[in-house]
Amino acid sequence: MNTVEVSELTRQFVLRRSRRGRRGHVREVLTAVDSMSFHIESGSAVGYIGANGAGKSTTIKMLTGILVPTSGTVRTCGLDPVRRRRELAGRIGVVFGQRSQLWWDLPLRESFTILAAIHRLEPAAARRRTDELVEQLEMGHTLDTPVRQLSLGQRMRAEIAAALLHRPELLILDEPTIGLDVLSKQRLREFLRRERADSGTTLLLTTHDMGDIERLCERVLVVDHGRLAYDGTLPGLARTVGARRVLVVDLARPSDDLTGLAGATLLAAEADGMRQRLAFDPEITTAAQLLAAISNRVEVRDLSIEEPDIEDVVRRIYSAGDGTAPALSGAGAVARGTIPGGGLESAAERPGEQGVQDTAEGGAAGVEDAAQRGATGVDDDRNHASTSL
Amino acid sequence: MAELAPYGSRLTPYVAVLRSRMRSQRAYPLSFATDLFSSLLIGVVEFAEMWLIYHNVTALGGLNSTQMLLLFGLSNLSFALAQIAVGHTDTLATYIRMGTLDAFHLRPQPLLLQLITSDVSLRRLSRATVAAVVLTAGLIGNDIDWSPTYIVLAVSSTLSGIAIFAGLFVCAAGLQFHLVDGSELTNSFTYGGSFAAQQPSAVFSGPLRALFGFAIPVSFVAYLPTIALLGLPGPAWLPAGLAWFGPLAALWVWIMALTLWRIGVRHYQGGGG
Repeated sequence: MNTVEVSELTRQFVLRRSRRGRRGHVREVLTAVDSMSFHIESGSAVGYIGANGAGKSTTIKMLTGILVPTSGTVRTCGLDPVRRRRELAGRIGVVFGQRSQLWWDLPLRESFTILAAIHRLEPAAARRRTDELVEQLEMGHTLDTPVRQLSLGQRMRAEIAAALLHRPELLILDEPTIGLDVLSKQRLREFLRRERADSGTTLLLTTHDMGDIERLCERVLVVDHGRLAYDGTLPGLARTVGARRVLVVDLARPSDDLTGLAGATLLAAEADGMRQRLAFDPEITTAAQLLAAISNRVEVRDLSIEEPDIEDVVRRIYSAGDGTAPALSGAGAVARGTIPGGGLESAAERPGEQGVQDTAEGGAAGVEDAAQRGATGVDDDRNHASTSL
Repeated sequence: MAELAPYGSRLTPYVAVLRSRMRSQRAYPLSFATDLFSSLLIGVVEFAEMWLIYHNVTALGGLNSTQMLLLFGLSNLSFALAQIAVGHTDTLATYIRMGTLDAFHLRPQPLLLQLITSDVSLRRLSRATVAAVVLTAGLIGNDIDWSPTYIVLAVSSTLSGIAIFAGLFVCAAGLQFHLVDGSELTNSFTYGGSFAAQQPSAVFSGPLRALFGFAIPVSFVAYLPTIALLGLPGPAWLPAGLAWFGPLAALWVWIMALTLWRIGVRHYQGGGG
């Protein structure tokens, strides 16, 4: 069964811009969502990612009945969201990260009471549910604080609790972790995983934070210029855009640079060549082949492999989206030729995008890299966390 | 998922919101008192203004200063009570900007009812009190030939007056969907309407009389009931007998209000707007 069914969904906005020095307006049509089709199976967790203005929020507003589609159809929980908005409202929970659904001047506790009344929940059951959410989201100490005095992290947890109060079948989160510190993000993700495991809630999540996707979603939809650019798993996405992996080898003795290896490019050599970083394309060679080739030349003491940075992967999709890329679905469906910057050289030209990059340029590269891992590593799911042997 | 019968009545959600709004106003007693006082001041100043005008002329639009008390009392009481109930709808533009309107979409109640019950401006009670005092003085001070029909007329006129102004506030809200920064314009609708209501409609020339008599029928709020109670004939186009049609005028305003609101929501959601 599908909780969300979207078919040929299109939404256009008419913009009226005043012309400089002339009277009247220019009428411009902006297509925010362009004949998009996808399904979300009940109980699944889907990440919906795209650059700002790619059409994420517009899609969500159409799924929830706030906006009427220009053409195409939407069914959320089997309902037409606009015509049966009120019925649907009882079955979905929505959090808009930058907008509050709570009463800013009331203690948090009261917002929950009012929302329970709005959804006409039986008071005892509502109290039990509130207690449950308050405990799981660790909000006990903030219940009597007016919402306007809550910190961003506290408010976001409160928003999510508010959206879950009536036990919705579908939870839609629009940038739930925006502006949160690493620890708050992690706690929020843990809660969402538990909630899904307990209640089987379907989750649709938009985010700029790849950690959210990696930790919470088994499937990603990438939207670009209003079109679906990718639909599949996250590793599949990395494969699709031809992201490289990086092999880091620690050698027994200082050595010359490891150049001329088939399918690999040297990114950096540190400590007189004791540690060398090689980027390779998994489609051309494997880590094992590369390691064998290196071992033929020098003695390898230790090694680690860095996975492709997903943010970099997505950036490639975005930068490819000049509006001409066809909407494709399924892992591996995006033609490699449509993604510029797929080659190693062009990737190496973009400064400061990736830890690998910084390492290649920085003098005290190891330290820098370590610092970076420290920054992101608390959130234990980052790609920088490498697999050491 | 097990479908539970909804708890409580259809009114439960609105009552919960309104009660919390009242509580929150009481939570800051000093600021509430200040608001009450400033609203009282507005009421008093408005009355002083009218009093000064009538003090300097013997009659305006066929009414003397004692008769004016009725006109002022009726129009201001209706306006103040409408403002308490739905006056905050003219903040719709802010609601749109803050995303509150999106939040309304995510709750299982009609949008307009949610907007109306999203707040209640108790601080305007003091202005209503001023108007009520003036109205009482007018009812006592004037020589009214009281009969049961007149009592019915006075009550139905007040209720229609509240409904007319409430409808005008909703019209203003409906228009704000199109003019997100247009609260100035829509204020001319509501506050302008209130100002027009407290003038004797006889002073208006033809087109204005038609405007306030029938298009935006604020003459039904105070002027027509006043001349009917006083037994005055009324000017051309607005005979005193029309006073009985206050409910009809209110209905007309609400038809406009709901149409404008519907068009506004359609525009917001983007379907055919």
